[in-house]
Amino acid sequence: MRMPRLLDDYESRSADEAIRMCRELVEDPDFPTVQRWREAGGKVVGHFQVYFPEEIAHAAGMLPFKVRGAPVEARQAGAHFGSYLCSILKTSLELALSGRVTLDLFVSHPICDSARNLAAVWGRNFEYPCEILYLPQNANSVHAATYLRGEYARLTREIEKIAGHRITEDQLRASLGVFNENRRLLRELGEIKRETPWLLPADEAYSLLAVGAMIPREEHNELLAWVLPKIRRGTALPQDRMRLVLTGGFCEQPPLDLLHTIAQFSYVVDDDLLIGLRWITEDIPVGADPLADLAESYLERSSCSPVQHDLRRPKEKMLVDQIKATNAGAAIIIAAKMCDPGLDEVVAYTKALDDEGIPYFVSEFEERMTNFDSLQIQLETFIENLLFT
Amino acid sequence: MSSASESTRDSPVDKGGSSFDKGGSSIVGRGKRDGNRLFQEWYQELGTAAERNEHSAYVFVMGSLTEIMRSFGIHTVFPEINGLQQAVRRVSGDDIGLAEDYGFSADVCGYLKADVGLQLRGGEHPMGKIPPPSLSVHTNACNTYIKWAEIWERMYKVPIFTLDIPGTRAAGRQTWPGQVDFENDRKYVAGQINEVIHLCEQITDKKLDLDKLREAMTHTNTMSRKWKRLIELNKSSPAVYNAMTDGTVFLGVMNGYRGRPEGAEYFTDLVEEMEYKAANGIGTAFEEKYRLAFVGIPCYPIFRGFSEMFTEWGGSFVGSSYLWYASGGANLGYQYDLDHPLESLAEGLLVTVRESMDSMFFSDRSLIEMVEPYGIDGVVYHSVKSCRTVSTGLADNRRAVMEATDVATLFMESDHMDKRVVSEAQLKNRVDAFFEGLAVRSQRRISNAAAPGQSLRARGGHR
Repeated sequence: MRMPRLLDDYESRSADEAIRMCRELVEDPDFPTVQRWREAGGKVVGHFQVYFPEEIAHAAGMLPFKVRGAPVEARQAGAHFGSYLCSILKTSLELALSGRVTLDLFVSHPICDSARNLAAVWGRNFEYPCEILYLPQNANSVHAATYLRGEYARLTREIEKIAGHRITEDQLRASLGVFNENRRLLRELGEIKRETPWLLPADEAYSLLAVGAMIPREEHNELLAWVLPKIRRGTALPQDRMRLVLTGGFCEQPPLDLLHTIAQFSYVVDDDLLIGLRWITEDIPVGADPLADLAESYLERSSCSPVQHDLRRPKEKMLVDQIKATNAGAAIIIAAKMCDPGLDEVVAYTKALDDEGIPYFVSEFEERMTNFDSLQIQLETFIENLLFT
Repeated sequence: MSSASESTRDSPVDKGGSSFDKGGSSIVGRGKRDGNRLFQEWYQELGTAAERNEHSAYVFVMGSLTEIMRSFGIHTVFPEINGLQQAVRRVSGDDIGLAEDYGFSADVCGYLKADVGLQLRGGEHPMGKIPPPSLSVHTNACNTYIKWAEIWERMYKVPIFTLDIPGTRAAGRQTWPGQVDFENDRKYVAGQINEVIHLCEQITDKKLDLDKLREAMTHTNTMSRKWKRLIELNKSSPAVYNAMTDGTVFLGVMNGYRGRPEGAEYFTDLVEEMEYKAANGIGTAFEEKYRLAFVGIPCYPIFRGFSEMFTEWGGSFVGSSYLWYASGGANLGYQYDLDHPLESLAEGLLVTVRESMDSMFFSDRSLIEMVEPYGIDGVVYHSVKSCRTVSTGLADNRRAVMEATDVATLFMESDHMDKRVVSEAQLKNRVDAFFEGLAVRSQRRISNAAAPGQSLRARGGHR
């Protein structure tokens, strides 16, 4: 089946206009690109945050769609949950219950206790398959990669049932190639943020990244290959702003206006927003067993987040290293309300930054927050204090 | 499943004589007395472990690996049980406050914060001194276990080990030995068990003693068998124990004495007691009017008052999902194969910890299945702010149970540790309204009795 292009024409527009188009898509709770895909007869694998081996769904000809909530009211989903819960869980279910998004398979992960429950809740409310993908939580076991290869084989069989055909190894290798190219382009995006942050504010960088979670990777690759050179040729001049690392956006996503608020006073030179899309940090070597390559890369060529425990990569050390590597002057630590792993990690981060003498700013957020005045004043004060001392 | 009153191999005659010869007064209430005594003794042991230079492992109730720890002579400390005691003994508020001063959010697990406060105070606990850890071994049955262990790793610079147990992928889709996906999981768990053993060997400078491991597994086998029987015995009417309050005592012994002869003896005696009560129609200390199932975690900061909200109406908890998951899945009665201890330990851990997780994520099915055999009139859901593992799915679970059955349900929210989140008056209002509804249903049942073949539970009625 030949699928239509999902993005509107952007090649005839400016880079700014293309980025604006991405922003509108990212903020649209109706996810029009996913709807277009379905209208053309395509099938959709919805996967909850943080990481999912999208290559497998892609190899089956399905659209992997990252379920990461939306700034909507949980009108129907509210009745399915109690009060003390993060927003992303409620709004993700709301997207499905309200019919904004229709899936053929929903997959959650044991990233946190709420997310693991989500697959069970989802499964009680929809006819299509809903399951938990058990990514290994003991990254240090020598048996983890073999186990994960087996778990990916199980997932492959599930996806094949829904796709209605087998996934060949050649198809998997081809998908790994497409995603390797995507990883390369996203690394280039990161390099622009790090080296010339005045050319790409945090909210714009995020829009370009996040749109990839709702369109085929080939289209994302084309978009990035078109827009990145234009961004590099931008004429904005560097200003005397604090270079910051932003952390805490690994699952629930802060509103774009929050990122815009931060970008008004600073240069965000690195972050962990939608880290699952960038979880594998290098090209995956494509060999005889692509599922094994994918599994091994999850463990050995990967980033870190508060929901993965790896003795080799303590999160607070990774943050300090990230700050030093990007020559940042401070950290902004955000945590989604009611997010256990994120809130727990704040303690470790702040102790480590205290030890290193690195200044930081801590704030809680919610994806549906709309008022940023107070945050703006606090942030402005924090940055001014740093600049003038 | 066998009925509550039938005689089984767990019956008193198994002990080499009819215990029914003993006076009922020496049997009834023994489980509670012995449970409290064993609990005191366990904490005394822990209190002197550090002085004796003995190792302690911090472990959790869902997959404690106590059998391995015992075979190395390593004490097991259960921070969840410590936390429960801190709440019941009304010191959790101070410890939670200390943890929040240290930097922890008001919105994260109260057990975790009570423990952080306890550690910051040097381990002084109302039940005795808690020794510092030599290591932590925890499963992924609760993600907070992993975050919690990371705190000890930073605080004490001790090794921590996440024993990763893959759970059920979707409701009703458990896999079993021989199936390719089960074997993939089993190999992973078996490999990690070898890694845990290697870690224990490094810490203790001892090799694994397989005979000691077998001995511990033998005792766990007895305890698991008896635990399963204990749960079945509450099909009796009246119920022979309160699954929420008495059940909490039983859980303490089940975890603290897992793999020990005292634990095996305790549960053998306990089943004997409950068999006796069932045979003689002896219930709990109040008149049973309504038979209830409890889902969630009890409200420990007001434990007695919370229980009385139900018992004063004649509400008897005959079953509780807490007895499934917090026993580490012992409700399955899984029996280790002692001829192949390591292989069987891997399979047993996989199956029982998975059962624990199922009892939280997919418990709607088990609840629906227990309605008829246990004669359930109502299901009480207590969602707690502190624990998203247990609480996230409860409101939706309730919807599923209401759709499949006609039992009354009650959904409440408070906390199991943090009294600031507990509004006693609001809880009582909700509980009173629930029982008023049950009374109406009961009245209708009496009216419907005149119309043969109409069962309220099976057919309809006020919700």
